[in-house]
Amino acid sequence: MKPQFATNFPAVDARFDKGDRVRVRKTAPLGHIRTPFYIRGHVGEIERFCGSFPNPEELAQMRDGLPAQPLYRVRFKQKEVWPDYKGPDSDVVEIEIYQHWLEKA
Amino acid sequence: MIERSHHDMGGQPGGKVEPTEHDYADWERRVDAMAVILFGVFTGKRRITVDEHRKNIEALPPEAYDKLTYYEKWISALTQTLIQRGIITTEELGRKMEEVARRKK
Repeated sequence: MKPQFATNFPAVDARFDKGDRVRVRKTAPLGHIRTPFYIRGHVGEIERFCGSFPNPEELAQMRDGLPAQPLYRVRFKQKEVWPDYKGPDSDVVEIEIYQHWLEKA
Repeated sequence: MIERSHHDMGGQPGGKVEPTEHDYADWERRVDAMAVILFGVFTGKRRITVDEHRKNIEALPPEAYDKLTYYEKWISALTQTLIQRGIITTEELGRKMEEVARRKK
């Protein structure tokens, strides 16, 4: 899948394609984590491959964050994320999540 | 251990949002300018990463995180980051704080 933004960093291979179902890893390591707590453990669908970028968790510790991690925009159904959600079934929340936080669902 | 960090508030009850207009104080503009310089936004000379900055904001104790204003969080985190990077020392910081305190008298 072509990335939305091409980058030149040495990068981990992109493992997911548009439409793939992925589960967000449910874990809470120490440090700077960009994956919101509320979405961990939930299943969504790859909406796009944004590009590969240095791992922010490593950058936050003053390292270079390489190899770069593929970043995806993942689409989740609001009704599945929030059990008491009152809006229509078609409502979604989209979150940009790095590959190392995702597993095939 | 799966535990939400204090700053990671998505989905938590947050009360009513009351938008207000406000201008920035001079010190807040200076803090913003300092961050822009340290991130190398216009020069490309990056001294710190935004991820280190965020890590240090997120590392504030919960009480401080709730009490400090936006730019108070920034200046606390920038100070930590500059010390961690060795750009300033605690000795220099302490001496400067004494100097500024004397100036006020």
